[in-house]
Formats: sequence, structure tokens, C-alpha cells
Amino acid sequence: MDLLIWLSKRLLALVPTFIGITLISFFVMHLAPGEPMSLQADFNPKMTPEMRQRLRAQYGLDKPIAVQYVNWLKGLVQLDLGRSFSPDRRPVWDKIRERLPVTLLINLLSLLLIAAVAIPLGVKAAVKENSLFDQVTTLLVFITYAAPAFWVALLLMLLLGIEWNLLPISGLHSLMGYEAMGPLERLWDWAKHLILPVFVSAIGGLAGFSRYTRSSMLEVLRQDYITTARAKGLSERAVIYRHALRNALLPLITILGLSIPGLIGGSVIFESIFAIPGIGQLMWSAVMARDYPVLMGNLVLVSILTLLGNLLADIGYAVADPRIRTGIQPDE
Amino acid sequence: MKAVISNPLALAGLALVALLFFVAVAAPWIAPYDPQAIDTWHVLEPPSRAHLLGTDSLGRDCLSRLIYGARISLLVGFVAVGIATFVGTVLGALAGFYGRWVDSLVMRFVDIMLCFPSIFLIMAVIAFLEPSIWNIMAVIGLTGWMGVARLVRAEFLSLRRRDFVLAARLSGASNLRIVFSHILPNAMAPVLVSATLGIGGAILTESALSFLGIGVQPPTPSWGNMLTEGKDNLEIAWWLSVFPGLAILVTVLAYNLLGEGLRDALDPRKRGSGS
Repeated sequence: MDLLIWLSKRLLALVPTFIGITLISFFVMHLAPGEPMSLQADFNPKMTPEMRQRLRAQYGLDKPIAVQYVNWLKGLVQLDLGRSFSPDRRPVWDKIRERLPVTLLINLLSLLLIAAVAIPLGVKAAVKENSLFDQVTTLLVFITYAAPAFWVALLLMLLLGIEWNLLPISGLHSLMGYEAMGPLERLWDWAKHLILPVFVSAIGGLAGFSRYTRSSMLEVLRQDYITTARAKGLSERAVIYRHALRNALLPLITILGLSIPGLIGGSVIFESIFAIPGIGQLMWSAVMARDYPVLMGNLVLVSILTLLGNLLADIGYAVADPRIRTGIQPDE
Repeated sequence: MKAVISNPLALAGLALVALLFFVAVAAPWIAPYDPQAIDTWHVLEPPSRAHLLGTDSLGRDCLSRLIYGARISLLVGFVAVGIATFVGTVLGALAGFYGRWVDSLVMRFVDIMLCFPSIFLIMAVIAFLEPSIWNIMAVIGLTGWMGVARLVRAEFLSLRRRDFVLAARLSGASNLRIVFSHILPNAMAPVLVSATLGIGGAILTESALSFLGIGVQPPTPSWGNMLTEGKDNLEIAWWLSVFPGLAILVTVLAYNLLGEGLRDALDPRKRGSGS
């Protein structure tokens, strides 16, 4: 019951943040010198003042700015994000919808990879603090932090794709012979194409997350209840995995939530390198073509995704933490 | 400062940063060629004695371009972080000093800004402006101040109730005087650390934007746009992809090591614990 009250409070708190997101996005859209329309119009020599006026009316640009904002917000709530400026004039939402699953799939896979690799790594580094293993992982973390992800992607393409010819380096599936493949072969083909993008989008998170796991573990291992568990005569395994890790994982849920914008932001880079048709690539091509409706739709959408990701992380935290679950708040 | 010097990794970071400064300032004297000079007779040559790091698809010397690229990354790092630190300090100080509704307003703004994956926000703004180095620096700075604001706010919240602030207030000091000569100097240590670490981040962002073609525009050499060329010639010219990335890696590593060293030096609790 308390959880429900907590959840509804949390949901209510999302409303002002959501409005803030839309306000900033709308502000960015009107940052352009002149108007979003003017660029398109300027390139067209046949554009007469009357046509320009009609276009302005069509996009609602002749109304006061507050009215424009409210209209845009109304559209947004109904997932009507306007139409693309590109020649196909398709609704922005359709363009985003067909590309979103790929981006989400890759981000989810890399989240799983991060959790599966970084947590054991961080735990081991913390348990053997200052050992050779700890020092080597610390060094590796430092280097991965400093390496640009797109450069690592290039190097991997160079080595695995070109020199050793092990993995495909572009697209989601093979272009030749894909039609003739059976379902299993297709799955394998997809998997091979996804290895590099998933790995590249996970590297930054891997470094950060193993670091956080390590420091969170170190913090927990100093607590009295760990000493108690050891004094009870529990095996070291039980102490670390049953008593320490569970408590150390709690703050990591929040960190995982906070890493979502970085992951989604990374999509722009690896999708453009590996030619993957997701929203990152859509964003990039929209910037290049100055396709403002697509741009704004994307910007609002990814920030709402981040908001939802943080909400999920908070819920995960609440479910995992008995202090929130039972409504008994510890001292701040 | 003594603690930084006694920490070998931080010292290495400091030395590398100094070296990069020297390279950037002395670029015209140490670069073996003009970084823009096109030489159609020596296109895409692998590293040799004449061109230590090879040449690109227009026959330009990669080492010279790399040396001039150091200027861009240095400039972007410092200006972008300067903007972010300024905005973050002002907003964080306002929130922490006045508290109440000012605090909730600023912190809500921070929360909202943190919802935008910063590269998306930067790209959206760049699409409306011209992608020039000045715009890039401003935009990276204006989308990166949230961490500083949180830090400064936390420092202000804990400092404003200390005895020395109370003493200043009792002796009739104005709010401005209290903020600038009593609280702010005491709050600057963590800001310095986060700024040093932020420089590495800003350099990474700039290189990613330039790599995507929406940052520093060719022919001005930046490490990011040199890598674009590396990608275009990946199958025939490995040196175009390897060296600029290595330069970014080493530079960012240098600032991060220095930043971590400063953090350990300025935080008495961490001194000697080695983490």
C-alpha cells in the first residue's frame, strides 16, 4: 500500500519535469535565426511572399508563440509530431516508431552485457582490494574512460572486420543471401551483426559500472553486519554474495538508471558508424538535412525515454529496498 | 600541490598536460609541414621517414595536422569547461545560498536538463546554428554545467551554517561579500577537480561531434574530423584511424589522471588510501 502511495507521488512529480522537457525543446526549436521554415524557403528560388505566408500558416508559425507551444504540446500528447521536411513528407512519429525497436534492442543488450561483466569484475576488485587484479582493472577502467567510443569502434572494425574478416561491420543483416536463409540462420546473421555495436555501446558503461560496483562493495564490506556475518562463521562466499552484494547492488540500480541518457546518446555514434537504422542515425541525418520536425520529435522522445528509464530504476530501487517498500524512512 | 607531485600518476598527467600546452602553442615551429598543404604526389602514404605518421587522401602530413589539432582540443576543453563552470557555480551558489524556492527552481531545472542525452541536445542546437568551433564550445559548455551546480550547491548548503560565515554576518558583511570572500573560496576545491575531469569529457564530446561532421569543419584539422577521414579510408590507410584516436586517448587520460590526483590531494579523507 505504501508502495502505491510512493509510486503515485513519484508519477505526479514527473509532470513538471515533462513540461520542462517540452519547454526546453520548444525553446531550442525557436533558437534558429529567423524561423524553422525560413531555411527551407530560402533555398527555393520560386518561393513567393504569398507562398511563404501560406507555408507559415500551414505550420502554424503565424500564431503567437504561446499558442504555438500549446498546439505543439497537444500534438505531442497524441503522438502527432508533425511531418518530416524530407521529400517523403511522412509523419515524424512513423519514422521514429520504425527505428525505435532497433535502438532499444541494442541498448538493452548492452545494459545486460554491462551488468553481466561489470558486477563480477567490480566485486572481485573490491574483495581483493589493492591486489594485482584490482590494479589492472583500475588501469583498464582509466583507459576505457579516456578512449573515444567511435575510435574503439574504428579499431575493432579494422581488426575484426577487415584484417581478420571475422565479423560484419555494417548494417543489421547481410544484404546478399538474407532472403534465402532459414529462421535460425537469420538469427545467427543478426547476432553476428550486433556483436560489435552492442560491445561498443557498452564499453563506457562497463568501465563506469565496474568502478561503482567496486566502491559500493568496499563501502558495504566495512559495515558492522558484514563483521557479524563473518563472526557467525558463515563462509566467505555467503558473506560476499548473500550479505554484501545484495546491499551493494542497491545504489547501483540508481546509477544504472542515470546511465541511460549516455547509452541512448551513444546510439548516435555507433549507429552512424555501423550503419544501423535506429533513432541515433535518424537524428544524425535529420541534423544534416535540417529536418526540424524530425529533430524535435527525436529530442523530446529520447528525453522522455530517459525519464521513463529513471522512473523504472526508482521503482526497481523501491522494490529492492525494504526501507522504501515498508514505508519506514531512515534518517536523511 | 605537494600531494599531486608525490602521486606518480597525477604527476604523469600534469607533465602530459604541460607537454600538450607546449605542442599547441609551438605548433607553427614544431610541425614539419603546413597542415593544410595539399600534395597530390604523396597521397595516402603510410608512415615513412619523410612523413612520420603518413599522409591523408589529399597528401597532407598527418603529424602536422595532429600537432595543430592539439590547439583545437585545448581551446574547446578550456572554453567549454569555463562556461560550464561559470554557469554551474552561479546557479549552484544561488540555490545553496538562498535555499527555499530558488533552490527548488534551480534543482528542478538541473533534473530537467539531465533528462536530455546531451549529445542529442547539442546536435539539435547545432542544427539551428552554424557548426563552428565557437558554437560547439558554447553548446558543450551550456549543456554541461549541471554537475558543477549540484556540487557548488552542496558545498554552499554545508558552508553557510558554519561559524566563520556566521561571524562574518555578525560583523556586518553583505551577502555579496559573504558569498565571494567567505563561502566561494572554500567551495572551490571540488569545483577545480570536476573542471579538470570535465576538460577530458569536453574534448571527447568535441571529437565525437567533429567525427560526425557537425563539429569543427574541415579543412581546419581537429582530431575528431581527422578520424572521419580515417573511417572513409579504413580499408586502405590504417594510420589515419590509429593516430588521431591515440592523441585523444592520451590527452583525455592526462586530464583524468590530473583530476583524480587533485581529488585525492584535496580530500584529506582519501589521502593515502589509494582508491
